[in-house]
Amino acid sequence: MTTLDSKVPAGSIEDKWNNHKFSIRLVNPANKRKYSVIVIGSGLAGASAAATLSELGYHVKVFTYHDSPRRAHSISAQGGINAAKNYHNDGDSIYRLFYDTVKGGDYRSREANVYRLAEVSNNIIDQATAQGVPFAREYGGLLDNRSFGGAQVSRTFYARGQTGQQLLLGAYQALAKEIGKGSVEMVNRSELLEVVTHDGRAAGVIVRDLLNGDVTAHSAHAVVLATGGYSNVFFLSTNAMACNTTAIWRAHRKGAHFANPCYTQIHPTCIPQSDESQSKLTLMSESLRNDGRIWVPKAPGDHRPASDIPESERDYYLERIYPAFGNLVPRDVASRNAKTQVDTDHGIGPLRNGVYLDFKHAIDRLGEDTIRERYGNLFEMYERITDDNPYATPMRIYPAPHYTMGGTWVDYNLMTSVPGLYAIGEANFSDHGANRLGASALMQGLADGYFVLPYTIGDYLADYLNVDPVPTDHDVFTKAIAEVQDRTARFLATKGRRSVDWFHRELGKIMLEECGMERSREGLEKAIREIPQLKEEFESDVKVLGANESFNQSLEKVGRVADFFELAELMCRDALDREESCGGHFRVEHQTEEGEALRNDEDFTHVSAWEWNGPDEPQTKRKEELVFENVKLATRSYK
Amino acid sequence: MDVILSVWRQTGPNTEGGFVRYEANNIPDHASFLEMLDIVNEDLNDRDEEPIAFDHDCREGICGMCGVMINGQAHGPQLGTATCQLHMRKFKDGDTIRIEPWRADGFPVIRDLAVDRSAFDRIVEAGGFITVPTGSAPDANLIPVPKPAAEASMDAAACIGCGACVAACPNSAAQLFTSAKVAHLNLLPQGQAERYTRVVAMVDEMEQWFGACSNHGECEIACPKSISIDFIALMNRDYIRAKFRQGRLAGQR
Ligand SMILES: Cc1cc2nc3c(=O)[nH]c(=O)nc-3n(C[C@H](O)[C@H](O)[C@H](O)COP(=O)(O)OP(=O)(O)OC[C@H]3O[C@@H](n4cnc5c(N)ncnc54)[C@H](O)[C@@H]3O)c2cc1C
Ligand code: FES
Repeated sequence: MTTLDSKVPAGSIEDKWNNHKFSIRLVNPANKRKYSVIVIGSGLAGASAAATLSELGYHVKVFTYHDSPRRAHSISAQGGINAAKNYHNDGDSIYRLFYDTVKGGDYRSREANVYRLAEVSNNIIDQATAQGVPFAREYGGLLDNRSFGGAQVSRTFYARGQTGQQLLLGAYQALAKEIGKGSVEMVNRSELLEVVTHDGRAAGVIVRDLLNGDVTAHSAHAVVLATGGYSNVFFLSTNAMACNTTAIWRAHRKGAHFANPCYTQIHPTCIPQSDESQSKLTLMSESLRNDGRIWVPKAPGDHRPASDIPESERDYYLERIYPAFGNLVPRDVASRNAKTQVDTDHGIGPLRNGVYLDFKHAIDRLGEDTIRERYGNLFEMYERITDDNPYATPMRIYPAPHYTMGGTWVDYNLMTSVPGLYAIGEANFSDHGANRLGASALMQGLADGYFVLPYTIGDYLADYLNVDPVPTDHDVFTKAIAEVQDRTARFLATKGRRSVDWFHRELGKIMLEECGMERSREGLEKAIREIPQLKEEFESDVKVLGANESFNQSLEKVGRVADFFELAELMCRDALDREESCGGHFRVEHQTEEGEALRNDEDFTHVSAWEWNGPDEPQTKRKEELVFENVKLATRSYK
Repeated sequence: MDVILSVWRQTGPNTEGGFVRYEANNIPDHASFLEMLDIVNEDLNDRDEEPIAFDHDCREGICGMCGVMINGQAHGPQLGTATCQLHMRKFKDGDTIRIEPWRADGFPVIRDLAVDRSAFDRIVEAGGFITVPTGSAPDANLIPVPKPAAEASMDAAACIGCGACVAACPNSAAQLFTSAKVAHLNLLPQGQAERYTRVVAMVDEMEQWFGACSNHGECEIACPKSISIDFIALMNRDYIRAKFRQGRLAGQR
């Protein structure tokens, strides 16, 4: 098993990024316009990268399957974005943000990347503010902060409950400025269906126009995937309906290693599922845990309404078990504890599938107006969905799949194992280890897009000055187009009995059961048997009506679900291989007597990056050893 | 519950469309409006009829992708609510529900209920940004923003770009959208340098695509984010000032 080279620069953690920026090659401004870069995705990562690359002078072409770059799933992030500004003088620093993030990730992330992330976090806030992102302010007109899970300082910047929307609008507007000038070519409603390589390097992409089915080839000197996460492998998740794995999965099949696929995050505060027809789960921002208190009835099977249960008969279980962090323990810990409560018959609500998140004490202390100011839109959203008023009765919440820490393996330069192919934002695996802390995904997406990739990509491009991209009439492209068209034709020709959604839902059930909050050897082995069976059935029995040459939403979905099948199997195999519990990956065989995650540092302080071996053979695991020179590996304790 | 739907079906931008009647049976009360359409689509698929095309994504009222006319109202009967957040409990068993796409020249129909709203992007590209290349920003706290100004800017910035305002307007005007985009930036100290060029560029672009505003106010009622038409007044004020002053005296108070 060969190890992977992460290309982490030498030097002390504080100097690495600076030294690296100095040592990598630059492309001179006059030469930048000789290069073209394709960016797939226009979320925080893609839009910020595309705008910045264009400002630098590169030719940029952006594709998104949305009808406008501003619709990317980043828009729905609610709670906030971290930065080490220490505006509140509470002892925050770059080092502390770095430390918290490594610890929060349960010591499974790459130190150098995380430090760099913390370093550029402050620039992001400056950049976004200058763009006009209306962050929350204090009465003096300066920026306000709130605290988030896994941290004991207030470092989260926010714009009401719509932080992602506002940051995305900032990045989108920067991109729109470049589109308006004609320096970015923006292609909406177009989906990447294949990554094309030539001589082992990225050559371009194949996309399908979702309006008329045209399949076309596009080539460039480098390709950047900013295509988000894959939580929708679970069918029900907090992600937008269209989020999928196709771009990074197609890249995987072309040689980009897939790292830590089993590291997924189940978010503790979502509205519980109400029935089978449910199409997605709605997140209630984690920021609510600042003021809300989580509890269940002490007695199992207590079905009285919340208002009839006296204080003395309530169990504020997080405050009881984790007195130091209380309701602000990291997500994985909060989620697993909620599952334990529901599994032991302490669940509440009509289906007994939730726990309470109660604002009564906060309202008594701060007044309803303050709570409304802080969370008004979230409370409204909750009421709209459940028909319950959370100012009067406690919210019902339960964990739901939310974020994927795993993703395309990248080195320190954010380049995948395919030269010239980059992955940024949630699509890569780099910064969050086995668990992501709240408010750090927005930070990472924008760090990658505004401040990291635009530098590191130059080092690769420098070698290709005056070398034209592979022409799109080259064999590699025409073949790839034919393959994509074939695949589409096959889906349409299957003419089976069941809808795409039916298969997706069944796959999701297997994944949630066996590869969700708790995983066991037995369950994973079962899933690894069942998934290929279901996939076979899918291939012979899926029904996609209509034609390729029109706006056909079932046809869009079927390709995405086909890729989810392959990914699901790899996730289970990765989870089975990782004989330890860490962060969001909890193996029942590996826990302490108190039921906490038990890591196995001896054997698993590494990244598992899986290498594609063709469709008929399982992937090979390659390792990147993780070296901790600064943070000492310790058992995470939030007690 | 059981409801009867009358849904606009149209196979492509250049084909004739028409209403088709469907029965939606056994719909759970707590299903959302779009989940109801999902159920109908599953049913159509089972019967070898092509599902109804409609745009949607986040299903939490923030991406702005969804939006249909429901019984003649943009996003349906609930105030301040996008189609995806509307729930079937707002309807009664046996109701007939008419569902159509946004109707406006600026938003051509793509298929069934999906329309092309790219004209909105053109308006933003014309000037809906603050020119601040990456890396050139000063420390964020160097620019204090009075809290009420930040709040007002946020009220405008809450726009999700769904197009309901245009669909609701008898003239298919896009004043509410454009003014929200203008006000978001023009109300902030950071947005002052380009304040007058911005408003002119955006309004001029808007006029290429959309009708004229005659102060009906339907847009504010249809807006899922309840964005106030006061922003239209702000936009008009800045536009008139810009036209008079050409922005050259903008440094003077
Ligand atoms: C409900 C919710 C709330 C959240 N709240 C927070 C929070 O408060 N703080 C925080 O830090 N993080 C939060 N997160 C996480 C965070 O929002 C995401 O991780 C982050 O926004 C991802 O950004 P991205 O740019 O990587 O991807 P995305 O925003 O998902 O963008 C992906 C882009 O890729 C495009 N794309 C994908 N595949 C293809 C393809 N094959 N072809 C063409 N285009 C393609 C899409 O069209 C889209 O433009 C939240 C997430 C959710 C679900
Ligand atoms: S689906 Fe996103 S706003 Fe309705």
